[in-house]
Parts: sequence; C-alpha cells; structure tokens
Amino acid sequence: MHNEFMMGNQAIAMAAIAAGVNLVSGYPGTPSSEVLETVAKKRLDNCYVEWSVNEKSAMEVAAGAAYTGARTMVTMKQVGLNVASDPLMSLEYIGVKGGMVVLVADDPGPISSQTEQDTRTFAIYSKLPCFDPSSVEEAYQMVIDAFDYSEKYHTPVFLRPTTRVCHAYQSVLIRDEEEYHLNSIEGFVKDSKKWVIFPRLSNINHRLIEERNDELSTVFSSYSANKIINKDSQKLKAIAASGICYSYVLDVLEEIKTEEIAVLKVSTPFPFPYDLTRDFLKNHDEVLCFEELDPVIERALDHQCGIEGISCKVRGKLTKDSIRSGEYSIDLVREKIYNYLGLELKEDKASVNPPELPVRPPVLCAGCPHRASFYAVKQAMKGKKTIYCGDIGCYTLGNAMPLDMVDTCLCMGAGLGIAQGVNHIEPDTVCFAFVGDSTFFASAITGVVNAVYNQADMTLIVLDNSTTAMTGHQPHPGTGRTMMGDIVNKISIEAVLKGIGVEVVKTVDPLDYELAVDTVKEVANLPGVKAIIFKSPCIAIVKPNEPYKVCQGDCINCKRCINEIGCPAIFIDNGKVTIDNSLCTGCGLCSKICPVTAIRKAGEA
Amino acid sequence: MMKNIVLCGIGGQGTVLASKLIASAAMSKNIPVMSAETIGMAQRGGNVFSNLRMGEGVHSPMIAKGQADIILGFEPGETVRMLPFLKADGVVVTNKRAIMPTTATLSGFHYDADEMIDYLKTRVNKLHVIDGDEALKELGSSKVLNIVLLGAALRTKAIELSEEDIICSMEKMLKPEFMELNKKAIYYTK
Repeated sequence: MHNEFMMGNQAIAMAAIAAGVNLVSGYPGTPSSEVLETVAKKRLDNCYVEWSVNEKSAMEVAAGAAYTGARTMVTMKQVGLNVASDPLMSLEYIGVKGGMVVLVADDPGPISSQTEQDTRTFAIYSKLPCFDPSSVEEAYQMVIDAFDYSEKYHTPVFLRPTTRVCHAYQSVLIRDEEEYHLNSIEGFVKDSKKWVIFPRLSNINHRLIEERNDELSTVFSSYSANKIINKDSQKLKAIAASGICYSYVLDVLEEIKTEEIAVLKVSTPFPFPYDLTRDFLKNHDEVLCFEELDPVIERALDHQCGIEGISCKVRGKLTKDSIRSGEYSIDLVREKIYNYLGLELKEDKASVNPPELPVRPPVLCAGCPHRASFYAVKQAMKGKKTIYCGDIGCYTLGNAMPLDMVDTCLCMGAGLGIAQGVNHIEPDTVCFAFVGDSTFFASAITGVVNAVYNQADMTLIVLDNSTTAMTGHQPHPGTGRTMMGDIVNKISIEAVLKGIGVEVVKTVDPLDYELAVDTVKEVANLPGVKAIIFKSPCIAIVKPNEPYKVCQGDCINCKRCINEIGCPAIFIDNGKVTIDNSLCTGCGLCSKICPVTAIRKAGEA
Repeated sequence: MMKNIVLCGIGGQGTVLASKLIASAAMSKNIPVMSAETIGMAQRGGNVFSNLRMGEGVHSPMIAKGQADIILGFEPGETVRMLPFLKADGVVVTNKRAIMPTTATLSGFHYDADEMIDYLKTRVNKLHVIDGDEALKELGSSKVLNIVLLGAALRTKAIELSEEDIICSMEKMLKPEFMELNKKAIYYTK
C-alpha cells in the first residue's frame, strides 16, 4: 500500500484495477469521464477498455463480459443511465457471473447536466444494490467492496458518487500491484434457462431478487460504511446523512465541538439497512436528514417509523426543513445544523455591499468553428421562418447572444426528432437540427432513419470538430482512435448519411465563410431530408493559425465584429476594438464580417 | 493546524497547477490535504475556483463562508466574488489586472479593476495587490502568473509552507526546462 493524492474518479479507477477488473466500458459525461480515462492509462494487460458509442452499448458490452465471469465496470453520468436503462432493467432479472459495477456519477445542482435525477432512486426502481461514497478515500474502498458483493450475489451493483466526490482530491492509501486481485475467468457457459430472458424466467427471478434484497438489507446493516457515530449521545436530536453531505456534517460538528450529537451515515441507500437504523430511530425524538437530490434516506426512515410504530420525527425535504432541489453546500448544512441545535451562527462581515461583478457565463471559445457554422446558417436564413433545434455538447453554447442560434435543446440526439415534429405541424417553418460528431454517433442516427423513412422536410447540420470536446476530447467512431491505443478505420458520417438514404450531403469547412453561407441557402431550399457536415477541428486539438489584428487606422468603430459573433478574443480597449492575440486562433471569421476590411492577419497589417 | 486556501480566477490562468503544487508540498510534509475545483462547462471563459484544505480534522474538500485563511485571486473581480469565504482576519493576495468578460463587451457593462481593488482595501486588512502584468513583463513569460502569486502568498506566512517546499513540488511536476523561470517567478515579489 502507498499514499497518492488523487481525484475521486482516479481513485475509483485505481480501485477497479486493484479489484482485478477485466473490462471497462463507458460513454463520457461530466462528472464521470476521468474514471475510464484513468483505467485506460493505468490498466494492466488483463484489462480491456473502450469508449462505447453510447451508454446502452457500454452497458451491454460490460454485461456480456460479466456473463463470462470477467469483472467489469461501466461508467456514465446520470443522464447516461437513462440511455442504458433498457439493458440494465432486464440485466437485473438475468444477473451476472463476474462482478459488475455500474458507475453512475450524479450531478446535484445540476452543474453540467440537463436533470437533477438521483441514481439512488433508480436503484430502488431497478432493484440494484447501490453504494454511495462520502469521500474520495471511501470511494476507493467501496469499489472493491462493490465488486465482491456483486460477484457474491450475482447482481450488477451501482456505485453513485456525486460531483464533489468525483472531482475532489484527497490523499488515498492505495494497493500496490502485487496486492491486486487476480480474477480467474471461467468463460461463458451455455445455459439458455439462465441467459435467455422470458416472462417465466423473469417471474421466478423477480421473487428471488426480492428475497435477495431482504437478505442484503440485513447484510448491509453490519457493512462498515453504514454506521452511527456518537451512538451513545443522550441528545434527543440526531442527524442522518449520506454522500458528501455526511462529510459536511462532520466538518460542522468539528467546528461546534461541544455538541456530541448522534449521526447516522447511510452508504447503501438500497437495500436500506433497517436493522442498523431501528435503534437509532427509537433512541431519538427527532432526526434531521442531509442528502442531495431525492429524499431517499428520509423516506426510508419515515417508512420504518410508520410500519414499526416508532415515534421519531424524521425531518428533511418532505417536511420542507431542507431544500428540495439544487446542490447542498457546506454553508447550507452549517446553517441548518446551527438552527436545529438552537445555536447562534455568527454573520460573516468580510463582504458588505460588494460592487457589481461581471457575470461570466460559459461561451464558445475564440476561434471555435461552431461559431462560424452557426453564423453561416443565421446569415443564409435571414428573414425566413426557422427553428434551430440544438443538441448536447459545446455547441449548446450557440444559444448565447449575439448568435442566439439554439431554439431547443432536450437530450442527446433529440434535436432531430424535435425538428421533425415541428415540421409535421408547421410545414412552412424551415427546420434545422444541429448535432455534434460524437452525439451523431451516440444517438442521432436513428433520428435520421426516422426522418428519411417518414418523409420529413428538414436540414441536418452536423458540427464535426473531430472530437468529443465538451467532456475533455475523448475519441469516438469518427476519429479512428480507440482507448486501447489502436488506429482503426474512421466511420464516415457522410457515408452513414448516404447509406441511410439522405440524398444531399454536403461537407463544407465553416471557416470558408462565403461557401458556407451559399451551401446553406442552396441545401435548405431542397425538399426532404438533407445534410450539411460542417467539418473543422476543435481549436483545442490543433495548433492555432496566425492571429488577426484590428488596423486602427481603417477601423470605423462600428463594432459589427463584436455585435455579430461575440468572440471572446475581441474586446474594447480604451474605446477601440481590439483583438487579444493570446486568445485569437486566426479563424478569420471576424475579418469576413468587417465592412471595411480593417481586420487582417497580424503579418499583413 | 488547519489551513483553508481559496484560489480563484478565470479558466486558463493556472489556478489548478498552483493548487496542486501546494497540495504536493503539504503531502511531502505529511500534512493531510483535500481539494476541489471547477471542472467542465464552466471552464470555457467562466470563473474557476480551487478549494484547498490542509491539516488534521478536515472532512470535506469544500470551504465554508468565513473560513478561508487566505484567498489567492488571479483576477480582482473574482477575488471580490470569493471574499465571503475569507476569515475575519484572513489574508488576500490578488492580481491587479481585470479580465473583461465577452458579455460585458456586448452589453456595455462597465467593469473597473480599480473599483475592485478599492473595495478590497476597505474590507481586508491584510491585502497584498500584485501587479501581475509588470511581473510577467519583467520575467519575460505570460505563463507564470500563478507562480508569482503563489510566491507572494507564501511570503505572507498564511500558508505554512516555504518557497523551497514549493520548488521541491515543482521539480516533481514541471518539465526541467521550465524550472529556472518558475524559480525566478516564485521569488519575484518582495
């Protein structure tokens, strides 16, 4: 064993490797992506790793490997679990042979997601056991435990850290290579009564799953990560917490010091450790719950009080004693605990009446080719009745002023369907769907098939920047690189579209401004489903070109460059439009917009 | 002894490396460390922060309001934004140069660095304002703002680590060809 300072996601990856994981699959998504990336870097030869095309594929690949007796892990963010839920719901009825950990990172806030869904609730719904770590250090041990429980009970299990565990850093005691578990894989053994799902099998297995979860409730009651601290506290008020909130509670109690208050920590929200919590409830009059997202612990405790006739008042989200949405902060937990215990919280005095601060919303980077693509469509469609259906990725930021080119955004790949729906009801609206290259492969292809089959009238714009930019530049089927380090054939988006039957598919460099605008004008006018692939690499994966500069003698200060495209490299310095040459990548879009050609390459100026 | 450090700035200014150097130096002295930082969408032109907590009795990586021993601000507006986290007698080390957000350029919102610094002067007794632009010009590199500020922070003694401790971490984490420049940068302020 040795100590390393690591990110939560790195600790989870190193623990999976220490547990002898043989296959890791996943789809990128904040805050989960670093898990698989770390496995790819640190894996031993007995471990296969892949970015799958989407979470459903990743789940099926990991399940298949687990059928052979291999230990597997599948990684995703919470909304990815929705995509993977079809195979997972059924997999629970079939079960696994090798240990299988389903790593789903939840995003309270949400900080970088569409929803604030709670994977603990999904665990109850899907009947999978769930582990919920409260710190980086605990996550490391929990992954190893999760593999053991999964293998022993032949069920996939959830590990659901949240952002503040995934992205926190802590010094962790980790195993050396000679201490790693070595998994011996039996191989897939044919048995159609076991591996082929039929209603009769599901009926039998459902009963067994319920019985197993009853057993796990008892087993988890003595699991070391579920515990009560200050158990012998004589105070009638107590606290229950899970995940990062438990760590916040400990920090606050550290500060209060004099208060010996009992704290219940629930690390397995499902199956719930009722044997552990029974006496805790009986010994206290009141329990205040701290948990982000859904009131999972609160409901379970309240439920236990109800069916067992315990007269303890359980407080939290359901009783409106705590916030029901959004991320919990240490400050919120602190304020609630002080109030709960009747203590006075000192006001902070450091910032009174601060001056107005600039807001800094995320924007498309300087030189981002998406800006040019959006601007070309905007110019080409001036004066027309349009709808621009966006999708998930950096290009969602195309919604910001002054571009204002994203009218809708729902979930991965949804833009295509939304555009079709609008088209069927409003045939006079010119319908566009924008989708990135990684999202195209992940979940837009079926939308194109649907559009072609059902004779929709729409234009698909593929924003192909040759990477999965938003989540940290992961490769995908169009990049020709795999996580095993192989160089493979790139899957051509153009060939896929043509294969589906999209007759007009144009590939254009969006930075070739005039051609881009003309192509949009021409293509959008045609009937049926047609596509434009705007192909230009993400500025973060290529070297920048020579920057541009504003020739002050020629500039008429009309600010058209600023007001039209909103590039972060262009700003006003002492009343003059100026280009920050440390940010400018030389894309040249602003030079095409300038009415007096005052923006030129630095060398030509 | 517990120390809470807030680093804040704009994505790309090097707050994360500064935070990792402090963490690494603390670890080599067997001081427990936890940290947390902004990752993801917010990095694209948004404000970023790192919370760094050292010492015994630390359970979570997040710093509560009024608990930071020092704020290391890479941009004056961001320093003001994080001021609620400062302890009553806490130290602030801040860069002087304001970075204008794109949205301010568009909306015509006026944002003035001097106003931020003046506000900090009225609120913070132990304030150290660093002219980062001047430092970078003299050092001949635009990449070492983080190290200049970190050096200034060490001299306030609010962090129980020395320049030598940080240099040891740099030797582990930076390429050898950058060592000379970074060593100069860490001793730049008086």
